[in-house]
Amino acid sequence: MDAILLQTLNGLDKGAAYALIALGLTLIFGTLGVVNFAHGALFMIGSFCAVTLQRLLSISYTTIDPEKTDFLGNPAKIETPYIEGWFGPEIGAAIIDWSVPLAIIFAIPIMVTLGFIMERGLIKHFYNRPHADQILVTFGLAIVLQEIIKYYFGANPIPTPAPTAFKGSLDIGVMIGFDPNAIIYPIWRLIYFVFSLIVIGGIFAFLRFTTFGMVVRAGMADRETVGLLGINIDKRFTIMFGIAAAVAGLAGVMYTPINSPNYEFGMEFLVLSFVVVVVGGMGSLPGAVMAGFLLGILGSFASMNEVKQIFPGIDQIIIYLVAIIILLVRPRGLMGRKGVMEE
Amino acid sequence: MGILEVKGVNKRFGGLQALGDVNLSVAENSLHAIIGPNGAGKSTLLNCLVGKLIPDTGSVMFDGQSVLGRKPHEINQMGISRVFQTPEIFGDLTVLENVIIPCFAKRDGSFRMHAFESVANEAELVQKAQQILSDVNMTDKLDMHAAALSRGDKRRLEMAMCLVQEPRLLLLDEPTAGMARADTNNTIDLLREIKEKRDITMVIIEHDMHVVFSLAERITVLAQGTPLVEGTPENIKGHPKVREAYLGETQD
Amino acid sequence: MLGLNNRDTRFFLIVIALTLFTPFLLQPFPEGSAMAQFNAGYPDLMQRFAIYGIFAIGFNILLGLTGYLSFGHAAFLGVGSYSAVWMFKLLSLNVIPGIILAVIVSGIFALIIGYISLRRSGIYFSILTLAFAQMSFNLAYSVLTPITNGETGLQIRLNDPRILDGEGASQYTNLFGLDMSSSFKLAMGDYVFTFNAGYYFCAIIAIAAFYLSLRIFRSPFGLMLRAVKSNQHRMNYTGLNTRPYTLAAFVISGMYAGLAGGLLAAMDPLAGAERMQWTASGEVVLMTILGGTGTLMGPILGAGFIKYFENIFSKINDNILHAWFSALPDGLEGFLVTIIHPFVGKGWHLTLGLVFMLVVIFLPGGLVEGGQRIKTMFSRKKNSDAASDVKPAE
Repeated sequence: MDAILLQTLNGLDKGAAYALIALGLTLIFGTLGVVNFAHGALFMIGSFCAVTLQRLLSISYTTIDPEKTDFLGNPAKIETPYIEGWFGPEIGAAIIDWSVPLAIIFAIPIMVTLGFIMERGLIKHFYNRPHADQILVTFGLAIVLQEIIKYYFGANPIPTPAPTAFKGSLDIGVMIGFDPNAIIYPIWRLIYFVFSLIVIGGIFAFLRFTTFGMVVRAGMADRETVGLLGINIDKRFTIMFGIAAAVAGLAGVMYTPINSPNYEFGMEFLVLSFVVVVVGGMGSLPGAVMAGFLLGILGSFASMNEVKQIFPGIDQIIIYLVAIIILLVRPRGLMGRKGVMEE
Repeated sequence: MGILEVKGVNKRFGGLQALGDVNLSVAENSLHAIIGPNGAGKSTLLNCLVGKLIPDTGSVMFDGQSVLGRKPHEINQMGISRVFQTPEIFGDLTVLENVIIPCFAKRDGSFRMHAFESVANEAELVQKAQQILSDVNMTDKLDMHAAALSRGDKRRLEMAMCLVQEPRLLLLDEPTAGMARADTNNTIDLLREIKEKRDITMVIIEHDMHVVFSLAERITVLAQGTPLVEGTPENIKGHPKVREAYLGETQD
Repeated sequence: MLGLNNRDTRFFLIVIALTLFTPFLLQPFPEGSAMAQFNAGYPDLMQRFAIYGIFAIGFNILLGLTGYLSFGHAAFLGVGSYSAVWMFKLLSLNVIPGIILAVIVSGIFALIIGYISLRRSGIYFSILTLAFAQMSFNLAYSVLTPITNGETGLQIRLNDPRILDGEGASQYTNLFGLDMSSSFKLAMGDYVFTFNAGYYFCAIIAIAAFYLSLRIFRSPFGLMLRAVKSNQHRMNYTGLNTRPYTLAAFVISGMYAGLAGGLLAAMDPLAGAERMQWTASGEVVLMTILGGTGTLMGPILGAGFIKYFENIFSKINDNILHAWFSALPDGLEGFLVTIIHPFVGKGWHLTLGLVFMLVVIFLPGGLVEGGQRIKTMFSRKKNSDAASDVKPAE
């Protein structure tokens, strides 16, 4: 029982990342009808927003402390971040420590702007071209974005720690009556999960309860009719693209403490997120979220030793295997609408 | 016994009865029209004949063999060709290539791995294709991309693609839909010519009464998924039930 | 000749000539000159041109003719490499059995994956092939280690059984005793040309592969595949079963990929899982689209272009840039070097990505279409009075 719970928990953070990326992919596909292969790159850029902010905050000036010497006997140089100079050492250090959560605020405008530029500058011209062309041009864009990041940040993963307060693990097992040390779970992963739920909830609430969201949903269902009503659906769809980019970016920002980002960070998630979208059902938002968590958890169960003994290597292929079976048995996905890209 | 025998065909979509107990017998070498108001089930019936839909109950026999459960390409191989409401052609290929493909399908069956032969060596098929294209007055357009043709030409090309296979039954789904009067008259002439020159059975679904009464030898009126009346054009024209259900609105 | 019409025969002869004279053509600059780094006439690179050319020609039979976009073709390349290396280990370092097995095994693989994936089309097909390729990659890395030797990759060893090789047999991959790595250097003045056995072996196979693809393009089968791309619906109602046609195209292109994988192993007897990764599949997509989908020459051009970039463009560093612009005033020199720097050397992928995007946006027919447009432009200028219609290019 505790093992099952532990594996479920273990699958949640990956599942949450899949769900967030898949949600954005689905929003873009549902509203604009575009298959965006650059979405993984947006996730990656989000994570580098966190890296950048951490670096910006840590920019330091150098003072020379004549009383201390370094190991060569020269006067010691002391690096003090400007931010500590401005706000005092304690508050300054705390701000640096909290740079990952702070990067959320930093990343939103950047990602939304990037999304707008992408949509207006490139994607717009591909609405009426075949899906294959959309895949190809966004695939090219993904390469370009990756290489730009690689140029500035290098190819190695950059460790970006969570705030000290959230380091370490919680013994969740004890809280719910299991033996101590049965279920140990890193705090940040829990936060990631909660964060993703908030973002997902926010998106759904936005689509359900605002007029804007209602128009967008109507447009997803039947673009032509909404267009005939004289509503400028294109502008709203552009905004939705910005939102989808921001969601991917935030997923990336918060993922940095779990996995140190490098420029290829997004591609691994993209491939899996596409699989998630397909399993959930092309164009279905709840499907994307559900399939994201489902596959994350499934992957985590498949990596249990007990399972691996019976089916060696199953942990490596389970997600793809599920996708293949779903595509063949139920091509519209778990929650896809009938007729949406079934053939 | 007709070449096409439809017996007791029913088809439901969810709660909607699209076809209810349809019986139809089409005599060999006749031109049989199926008419009826929108939603009468004409297209559903046609789709059941070509394997796109499978009826819930009933039988569809072509020349003594059942077509039910066969795939569209198998039904075509039995000798049934279909013309679509909007012409379905190979837009990326040339006009001549469009007609050569059905020639291969007729000669070689539904699949053949002829990867190391050359299209250029198939003089007989090419000649056959050119002949049929000259029959429909398209000789001057052989090397054009089919997508660049006018709508009327696309229709004629599609007709040529069907005829080159020498089908025994040709199904036409509103062949004049969306056409100007002049084009419609051309199509009527074309169909009449085909009928005169060849041994072929045609089933035509049509909205345009002008077309129907110019061509049809027999007419079946469908209403709400069920055949209402069947008879010669003269019978149908004067039939009170038909007037009531359908023709009243189009009387001049 | 060879069942080709005059125009195709001429075209084919040109391709043969270009392939055979590659060691000259790729060595246009004298040794020691400033431009010598742009020479690409060394064995390693020339082999790659031929091998990836084969890969792309095969991929084009699927993508160019049927329109099905596979994102998993590298799996077949990888399978081909593994099969070939196993033959080298078990049977003989003679490359023939290895390459034959590579083609057979990848063909079987393609048959299985194609049979399942082709039940869907469009983006679903792309994702199915991607999923299969990633599965193969992950398995090759993990549980299949006994067959693939996991991360290290499969290599030949001195103590391999090699039951067909006698006592004094070559310790390198060879063709009946001719080592693939043996080269003959020809010095002519400042120029040095290298003629490598491995390259010519690959080149002859590439010519054969090109010939086959040319025949397929002109065959009734090729016509049917183009019809699949154009309108499957009409095909079905014309009495043709599209599934076996697409499956045959998929298997043929998978066998081409396996052949390329086998040749890679024959040139350098090593097979690693990274050859199957989806980025490798993406690369062949890039090659084909860049060169020109559905054209005969396009995939070869695309493969050459990308491999040239990968090997030559990536070697341009700041020193070389400074040397180029040294004649300019210092400020301008520094500025130009700074501007160009991100796009060359390690940044060549950036250039590749940009070029690829530009091609997809503005030149859907790839480099071949670009060449034709330029040609049309010039011929229009020449006979602007003649106002003749330019025939749509093939």
